[in-house]
Amino acid sequence: MMIINLLGLVLIGLIIWWFWLYKPAKAVDTRSENITIIVNDGIYQPSRIKVEAGKKTSLQFLRKDGSPCAATVLFPEFEISEELPLNTTRVVDLPSMSPGEYLFHCPMKMYSGTLIVD
Amino acid sequence: MNRLTEGTTRIKTQELIIEGAGCASCVGKIEIALNNINGVDSAEMNFALRTVSITGEVGADVLIKAIETIGYNARSTNDTSDDELLDEKEVADQHYYTSLMRKMWIALGLGVPLMIYSILGGPMTVETSLERGVWLFIGILCAAIMYFAGKHFYIGAWKSFVNHTANMDTLIALGTGTAWIYSMIVVFFPMALPEMARHVYFEATAMIIGLINLGLALEVKARGRTSEAIKRLIGLQVKTARVVRDQKEIDIAIDQVLLNDIVRVRPGEKIPVDGIVTQGHTSIDESMLTGEPMPVEKVENDEIVAGTLNKSGSILFKATRVGKDTALAQIINMVKRAQNSKPPIGRLADIISAYFVPVIMIISISSALIWLNFGPDPTVAFAVISATTVLIIACPCALGLATPMSVMVGVGKAAEAGVLIRNGEALQTASKITAMILDKTGTITEGAPKVTDILIADNTYTEKYILTAAASIESGSEHPLAQAIVDSAIEQDIDPENVSNFQAIAGHGVKAQFNGHQLLFGNQKLMLKNGVHLNGFVAKAQQLADEAKTPMYLAIDKKLTAIIAVSDPIKKDSVEAIKRLQASGIRVVMLTGDNGATAYAVAKKVGITEVFAEVLPEEKSNKVAELQAQGEIVGMTGDGINDAPALALANVGFAIGTGTDVAIESADITLMRGSLHGLADAIAVSKATLRNIKQNLFGAFIYNVAGVPFAAGLLYPIFGLMLNPVLAGAAMAFSSLTVVSNANRLRLFKPQEH
Repeated sequence: MMIINLLGLVLIGLIIWWFWLYKPAKAVDTRSENITIIVNDGIYQPSRIKVEAGKKTSLQFLRKDGSPCAATVLFPEFEISEELPLNTTRVVDLPSMSPGEYLFHCPMKMYSGTLIVD
Repeated sequence: MNRLTEGTTRIKTQELIIEGAGCASCVGKIEIALNNINGVDSAEMNFALRTVSITGEVGADVLIKAIETIGYNARSTNDTSDDELLDEKEVADQHYYTSLMRKMWIALGLGVPLMIYSILGGPMTVETSLERGVWLFIGILCAAIMYFAGKHFYIGAWKSFVNHTANMDTLIALGTGTAWIYSMIVVFFPMALPEMARHVYFEATAMIIGLINLGLALEVKARGRTSEAIKRLIGLQVKTARVVRDQKEIDIAIDQVLLNDIVRVRPGEKIPVDGIVTQGHTSIDESMLTGEPMPVEKVENDEIVAGTLNKSGSILFKATRVGKDTALAQIINMVKRAQNSKPPIGRLADIISAYFVPVIMIISISSALIWLNFGPDPTVAFAVISATTVLIIACPCALGLATPMSVMVGVGKAAEAGVLIRNGEALQTASKITAMILDKTGTITEGAPKVTDILIADNTYTEKYILTAAASIESGSEHPLAQAIVDSAIEQDIDPENVSNFQAIAGHGVKAQFNGHQLLFGNQKLMLKNGVHLNGFVAKAQQLADEAKTPMYLAIDKKLTAIIAVSDPIKKDSVEAIKRLQASGIRVVMLTGDNGATAYAVAKKVGITEVFAEVLPEEKSNKVAELQAQGEIVGMTGDGINDAPALALANVGFAIGTGTDVAIESADITLMRGSLHGLADAIAVSKATLRNIKQNLFGAFIYNVAGVPFAAGLLYPIFGLMLNPVLAGAAMAFSSLTVVSNANRLRLFKPQEH
């Protein structure tokens, strides 16, 4: 019983670490790579994207998930909401941004990604 | 900044996606080929994205052809029209719906018979080897169902797990997975478990997958209805236009209409793009955009807008705004953007959502541990049921959907009434307004004043001379009252003459030389300042003012000559609309630059008791601040021209438009029709929407807060009640559907006009 309880507590600890404490470091840089953000299976792939500060940029999205939630991508800080047609690449234009981290997500925040501007 | 005009004009800049450009050297080739086309100002390729952006007045097909000639493929990116996008979306939604329904049938095909068997008392336990064999077979069948009907949950759960996030898929995958794995352990190693715990839960796995697929499918259908308003707006765009080219009228696709094209519209047809009438006259029904039921007469040089309906005459007009620049396209854009924005009330749900799933996982584990440690026998079975049920019943979706769905419907509903709401924040604040400042001219009144009285004080001058003098001095002024005097003179065939040394004195009037005389024209203050004796005329002016007219004094060579009274008629439904505002508990205040007597007379007629009169334009925002300092949440309504600072300072700025001029951008909410009913509608819609959001959020919170402990077995020690995982699955599947349906109720909302 002792072992099971310990296992349970360890599992809880792992959940806290995995979902909250762990900070992903990897981000894809649009300056060095040609990327299309795939919207499928509950995530944006890649979901951490680096772009240059102070310059207009654009991101290319390709939605493969039929669920209605995935159909719109929002960049709330910039008042951008763009509809993503199914299986068609869509370019979302972004204004020139000051350095910082900005979230982009679907209206319900089931899909979520980070835009790192530096 | 004018946000609506930020977007790139279709004709000026467009973007193409290039396919088959594998090397950096292609960039130069493609750019040169495009730059060589007549009409292309510049072409720049972004190699990283494989896109090229082209500036210039050239159609996409020409550009694509040029790229194909040098051996690459290209296609246009963002030029899918809203219409096509909508069609595609509907097809995609339908497809998604069908696939979910198919998955539901697969899962329920196994789940329902098993469920009935168990309800009828069939043993769900594993004791004999025959039972083991049968359950093993069912277990494998169940695994197949998990694959065919629930694959998307498991893949989604895994992908988000790897990405350090968790969502609804995670909960469903863990819940159904736990039930299945436990059941398989029962089948393979029954001896490892106490006899009472040798119970299988394959029916739960199958039923939950089936029910959740059903819930999602119904949600897709219900969601489709939430975007009805935007569909209606998009439906106003016509697909073709009849343009005059080379003296011939030809029908072309709407996206090929160029600026300055001459377009023909016949009776009963919709206006294809924005423009100015060049020939003919007609009446146009603008109700679909402005909510104004009366058709509007249009003659040469009048503006017409895309999407409105030509009723009576055949006209020719010159296209002034096409493609994404038309008022209709901008309205659609604005509504879409607002529909996806979130009012602050939704932020709490967002924060909760971010922690929700992992917290549920932790509760699930804790609950299992508590049952194992302190529960009655069979502890393992109770632990598994509680863990599974907690995972299944928790519904992050209901929370996530609560706000966006209502905003979607509410903003759309407002647009139907000719009210454009900038964003979710404006929507929320509008619902909380306690005081409303109404600008008098153009808001409560028509804004088109007319001369009503000329009282002559000095009989040396004829009425004609007086009007000539007044019109001449006022022809240089931009004041709306000045326009009334000039118009009145022109009506009597009097041409305004030139004046010299013209001087406008803010808040007083104007001063100039006319035919060798010195003219003073303005209010009492101007006269007193210049030492003009008013004798008994102050009382006469007062009398005019009491009749809601604005009296203006005219002095020639510092001697009072006449009083000219101008009156701006009150809009016919202002009284009703103001009553509606007051009935909803809002303190209505009138604001005007006019003198106190006129202002109070107008206020009295429309039933307003509080008036800020003789307010200089730059002081308007001070009055907003004054009310705010009294603790009021202030709405300010004006025509947006000299009200911009006050509109911006107010908690919610309402710009009252004339027709379809959506360029009024200093406002949070734009009323497309002139009637103040639009204002009352805007507030009514925002109140209804906020109430709806609160119901949704409350429902979603209560559901989770009550459901999770119940699922964990909190009621067991008292009532001996344990929630069945299948019921939890059904509850979860229908909780988000309930939220969407409740939001859909808003579609039935009707503002009370009378």
